[in-house]
Amino acid sequence: MIVLDHVTMQYPTGKKALDDVSFHINKGEFVFVVGSSGSGKTTLIKLLLKELTPTKGEITVDDKVYSKMKRKEIPMLRRKLGVVFQDFRLLRDRTVFENVAFAQQVIEKSMKEIRREVPAMLTMVGLADQYKQFPRELSGGEQQRVAIARAMVNQPDIILADEPTGDLDPRNSEEIMTLLDEINKKGTTVVVVTHNKDIVDYMQKRVIRLKKGKIVSDVEKGGYRNED
Amino acid sequence: MKINTLRYSFKQGFINIRRNLLFSLASLGTIIACLFMLGVFYSVVLNMRHEVKMIEDSLTVTVFFEKGIDEQRIMAIGDEIKSIANVDTINYVSSDVAWKSYVDDVYNGDMNYVQNIFGEDNPLEDAASYEITLKDISRQEETVTTIKAIPNVRKVNSSDGTAQSLNSISRLVGYASLGLILILLLVSMFLISNTITIGISVRKDEIAIMKLIGAKDSFVRTPFLVEGVMIGLIGSIIPMILLFFMYDAVVDYLTAHYNVVANLIHFVSTAQVIKGVTPISLLLGIGIGFVASFVTTHKHLHV
Repeated sequence: MIVLDHVTMQYPTGKKALDDVSFHINKGEFVFVVGSSGSGKTTLIKLLLKELTPTKGEITVDDKVYSKMKRKEIPMLRRKLGVVFQDFRLLRDRTVFENVAFAQQVIEKSMKEIRREVPAMLTMVGLADQYKQFPRELSGGEQQRVAIARAMVNQPDIILADEPTGDLDPRNSEEIMTLLDEINKKGTTVVVVTHNKDIVDYMQKRVIRLKKGKIVSDVEKGGYRNED
Repeated sequence: MKINTLRYSFKQGFINIRRNLLFSLASLGTIIACLFMLGVFYSVVLNMRHEVKMIEDSLTVTVFFEKGIDEQRIMAIGDEIKSIANVDTINYVSSDVAWKSYVDDVYNGDMNYVQNIFGEDNPLEDAASYEITLKDISRQEETVTTIKAIPNVRKVNSSDGTAQSLNSISRLVGYASLGLILILLLVSMFLISNTITIGISVRKDEIAIMKLIGAKDSFVRTPFLVEGVMIGLIGSIIPMILLFFMYDAVVDYLTAHYNVVANLIHFVSTAQVIKGVTPISLLLGIGIGFVASFVTTHKHLHV
């Protein structure tokens, strides 16, 4: 499903964010990519979203070879990737319903589909009753649920979560991870980039650990602490 | 593009205009001023052209023949003249008709008086001619040269350069106004581009999210194109409405207060002006809006 083959990413400043990184993530896997600040986690997400192009190596997602993709194919690739951010990135001037519906408007779904699929997704994340509320009226955990609903509403094959619990307290963090686990159990591949040791330990999933842009370990079922 | 997306793009386009109302109004004002001036210049040039046309229509070239040629040869010369591309109409004036016309003009048609002097003679015996009107008066000299080269043509009388001078003035006014309008159009384009740039920066986060969740370039760009085109469209309709009411008022004022103007100039109707300038105005307004927003979105959205 996701293959990184000897990927190196060096910025024009000369800084090497990723250095000869290779791994393979299978369909339906739940994987943590961990590491401290500057380890290359965010660069990895940007590469997978094709916001950046690697200096060396090849990335393949769902049999799509990134280096051979044309510009106009990028939107289609991104529709297969649901993305969740630490700061939620919700539209402040729109309601919960409109934020989730926005993801469907963007890919030009009909109003009929939007009216059917958005409430179902809000029910899944437990926010069916709050669909009229604005992001400022929600807690951090609730806002992240809206972001997950927005990422999931177009039924992507893969969820990429960049520090999804970064702005949340432990209880909300656990709830978000449980939600992502449920999504994974329904068949969606989940990749979570984080430096939150507690949730990695709690989840006991595959953990790829990065240090200074290199993979230092790749454990089938493990915790963050075990690697330190 | 789907109806739903189109509706979304229009809604967002209008929201953009409302959000940056001050900048939108500045762009709109510049386009209105620019296209109103276009309308004014267009009216001036159209009226000058109309005047030139009227003068042109009244101007004729007269062709005289050598003495003693027969009627058959005169007809052949007529055919040769007709075959010249710039010749519009040709009218044969026989010596009898020419003499009668002279008597009418000079002796108020008093044939008895004339017969007392000249008897039955026709002093204009050799003054049969062709009276020719031309399609393009600016090519008069070239046409006259061609006619002069026809064998048995003795003399060709043509008008002076009045029409040509008027034509040159109208062309000069046309070029000067075109230059001024071009400068104003560039200013309008710059202002619309600024308005769109601000719209993009206000919606920077939203655009980033759109692109990350798989929006096509066209989806991101269309609301801004709608914004630019709407500013251009409104900016091209308002000056036409202003022109519609002001043209009549100005013509009425000029003809009522200045006798010289009333006697000299035959103004074209408001309908003629509006009919001619509206498509140009719409095309320019919409075109400027579209090009400015297209270039700006291309530059700032990397789409």
